[in-house]
Amino acid sequence: MTELWNALTKAIELLISLDPQVIEIAGRSLRVSGTSCLLASLICLPLASLIYFHHFPGKRALINIIQTLFSVPTVLVGLLVFVLFSRAGPLGFFGIILTTKAMIIGQMILITPILLGFTISALNGVSKEIVDTATSLGASGFQTVWLVLREARYAVLAAVIMGFGRAISEIGCALLVGGNMRGATRVLTTAISMETSQGDFELAIALGMILLFLALIINIVLNRLQQR
Amino acid sequence: MSLIELVDLSHSYGERKILRGLSLSIDKGEVFTLIGPTGAGKTTLLRIIDLLEVPGAGEIFFDGKCIPPSGKQRLEIRRRMSFIHQKPQVFNLSVYDNVACGLRWRGEEKGRIAGKVDHILEIVGLEGYKNRNARTLSGGEAQRVALARSLVLEPEVLLLDEPTANLDPVSTTKIEQLISYIARQRNTTMIMATHVMSQGQQLADRIGVLLEGKLVQTGNAIDIFHSPQNEQVAHFVGMENIIKGVIIANDEGIATVNTDSNAIQAVSSYPVGKEVYACIRPEDITLALSSIQSSARNSFPAKITQVTFLGPLSRVETDCGFRLVALVTKISVEELNLQPGTEVYATFKATGVHIIERQAS
Repeated sequence: MTELWNALTKAIELLISLDPQVIEIAGRSLRVSGTSCLLASLICLPLASLIYFHHFPGKRALINIIQTLFSVPTVLVGLLVFVLFSRAGPLGFFGIILTTKAMIIGQMILITPILLGFTISALNGVSKEIVDTATSLGASGFQTVWLVLREARYAVLAAVIMGFGRAISEIGCALLVGGNMRGATRVLTTAISMETSQGDFELAIALGMILLFLALIINIVLNRLQQR
Repeated sequence: MSLIELVDLSHSYGERKILRGLSLSIDKGEVFTLIGPTGAGKTTLLRIIDLLEVPGAGEIFFDGKCIPPSGKQRLEIRRRMSFIHQKPQVFNLSVYDNVACGLRWRGEEKGRIAGKVDHILEIVGLEGYKNRNARTLSGGEAQRVALARSLVLEPEVLLLDEPTANLDPVSTTKIEQLISYIARQRNTTMIMATHVMSQGQQLADRIGVLLEGKLVQTGNAIDIFHSPQNEQVAHFVGMENIIKGVIIANDEGIATVNTDSNAIQAVSSYPVGKEVYACIRPEDITLALSSIQSSARNSFPAKITQVTFLGPLSRVETDCGFRLVALVTKISVEELNLQPGTEVYATFKATGVHIIERQAS
């Protein structure tokens, strides 16, 4: 119990004192996961709309696969990226293994199913009549998609927040393709893992609290944006 | 030339046939009312006209051009029409944005949009609601937003699907007034589906009766309400008295119809021996306590079986050998002290009887 209490005071201390190392790690976490979430959203929202608005054979099966991939282990995604981008791998010439770029790609792959799946169900939540109303008011296909995405904005935003949450909290991929290198690829989760293995539980828990604090800030900002 | 022409349209949802070989042409500027019970296919027909759905079979011509089942041309033509749905679906946006969206989609210039939206909101009486989220409005207000959203586009064709079905009487009156105002002002072609007879009668140049996916009869209000073509239409347009009989005499257009218990005189050209229905609208029957001298050819002693108050009018059911229902003002009911058991005379004119041929079934 005292560990928790000490961790809490330590977390506050680290935050207030703006400990340069913690700020650096937290900043990298935010940058990597924020970028992966943004890029994945730019790809997934239009793609999800495309899947939702088109009827094609195997659509049901595709959605089932997407939903199954919600549970893909982070370490498996890490392994995939590692095999692809390692020096000897087919994409090794990019030379990005053990950099934050590889981490971003890994996290994008990781959260793509979540963004797709939850955006599709968000669009499903918009009544068929809304789509018909837009169409009969003269909206083109693209205009209808945009309107429906706006109608579903709360649920779509929830999908994005979910994706961000999964990205910033994962460790398997970050560790495997990033390598937890100090000053280069160390992020909050890999730092927590390292501190734990070195027995500094207080610092580990404090870093965990900082991660949650960051998530809270992101949530508040996004919710504000959506209410505009 | 007609603006919209439907040729032999058929449509099914799975096994269920909704439209069966329907043809119809609508002239420019015409107000056409589609009446029919729920499930007759009115909404489906409007959806097909609005190009929201592709009919299973048949063709649609707009302005003389045949409309293909897919492609860009459909959007262009759809943009010349506007459809007001039965349940108003407002977008989760401000009232202003709701009304402006159709104009924006057509690439209208920003300044002109503002002017048009403000003007139409004033017409529908929602000028103070511009910045309210449309989802927070009442049903009647939401329907007015939906109406404004369609009207601001100044469509050539306005399609209305039971626009007042879910509204209270006050809102209904408001919406009806707006619709007829628009119809007269802009000479908009309108096709309106309704199951409310009075609405059909008030606004329409022409009425079509849709029963089980078929357009059974089209004509003006008088034709439809007083000379229905068959028993089904007669039932639907409120001919409460439909009496089975056989023509036993026809004297220069005045036919005598023998029912099981009485002989009814009616204006009809059907020959002797024809099996028919004699239809009498309940408002065409007068009730009196004693036999009255009048030009009316039909007067039967009857016994009242039931009196039901319906606001200003009362529905009086009588038995004069066959069941005969009359609509009587509330004042008459009180003055004559009409109640179950009262003996009266039911009187109606030969011209008030509409004869329909009985189909061999």
